Amino acid sequence: MTPDIILNDPFIVADRTFTSRLMIGTGKYKDMEETRLAIETSGAEIVTLALRRTNIGQNPNEPNLLDVISPEKYCILPNTAFCYTAEEAVRTCRLARELLGGHNLVKLEVLGDEKTLYPNVTETLKAAEVLINDGFNVMVYTSDDPLIAKRLEDMGCVAVMPLGAPIGSGLGISNPHNIKLILENAQVPIIVDAGVGTPSDATLAMELGCAGVLMNSAVAHAQQPVLMAQAMRKAVECGREGYLAGRMPRKAYASASSPIEGTIS
Amino acid sequence: MIRLTVNGETMQLYSTDNLKQLLESLHLGQKRIAVEVNREIIPQSLHQSTRIREGDKVEIVRAIGGG
Repeated sequence: MTPDIILNDPFIVADRTFTSRLMIGTGKYKDMEETRLAIETSGAEIVTLALRRTNIGQNPNEPNLLDVISPEKYCILPNTAFCYTAEEAVRTCRLARELLGGHNLVKLEVLGDEKTLYPNVTETLKAAEVLINDGFNVMVYTSDDPLIAKRLEDMGCVAVMPLGAPIGSGLGISNPHNIKLILENAQVPIIVDAGVGTPSDATLAMELGCAGVLMNSAVAHAQQPVLMAQAMRKAVECGREGYLAGRMPRKAYASASSPIEGTIS
Repeated sequence: MIRLTVNGETMQLYSTDNLKQLLESLHLGQKRIAVEVNREIIPQSLHQSTRIREGDKVEIVRAIGGG
């Protein structure tokens, strides 16, 4: 087999250069070891995590996620999951910056309600403004509304991350046309965040021209998370190569692949 | 003795004078954490010089799995 064509196709976010276009979350795994193996197998370089209160006294020897997903090895992307107001989200980002020794790349998500976990766009806009003014590089989770996506870009967000479908739903890219509209006007990386269920969903996002895909449940809740992590790595690469290669034009009727001349009669 | 709230729980402490001592008494001295006292983030470099006072509200957070 001929070796793969090597692409010079870096993924750049906020002046940081990455090779992998798959970003992956650390939630919902069986244990720390499965988390570590899945993340490693996925090839992801940007890895999300959440902030929560420490246990007080009950379990002093509890393993620490940052010992497994080390900031020396991965670009840590702290999220603001379960923040429902701009104020909570900003507070969480500032705590994350302290926790990570000044690291200023964050995933901003301000949620609207528990049932849909749909983004609260007005609070997201407010929080983005405060965070950008405070020196954060904001990768922002939002709806697939092209106008809001553009506005977040114009404000100075370093990446805009529309949902494919609700968080944890695994429903795939429910409105590829909106993702395309967002892509048409974008100067910053557009990353599908949330909704991916299968490798083909990830490939579709990349074929549309997205700069990357961020997922968690699709890997963590697979029957075999580590194998799915590998599949997702390939799916994202596959979709990217397909996008760069450029698809054939669509036609309404058939067009034979074999020549008609010289057919026997 | 002083009373304070740590991560939402009321605590009574003897001989705790500064934030560094508080964290050590909670076995969090060497951990990767971030701390707020009364909603203000206290950088690690200031833990020792930050006095703990009656009624303080302390929040201590760590990283956990998330998407």
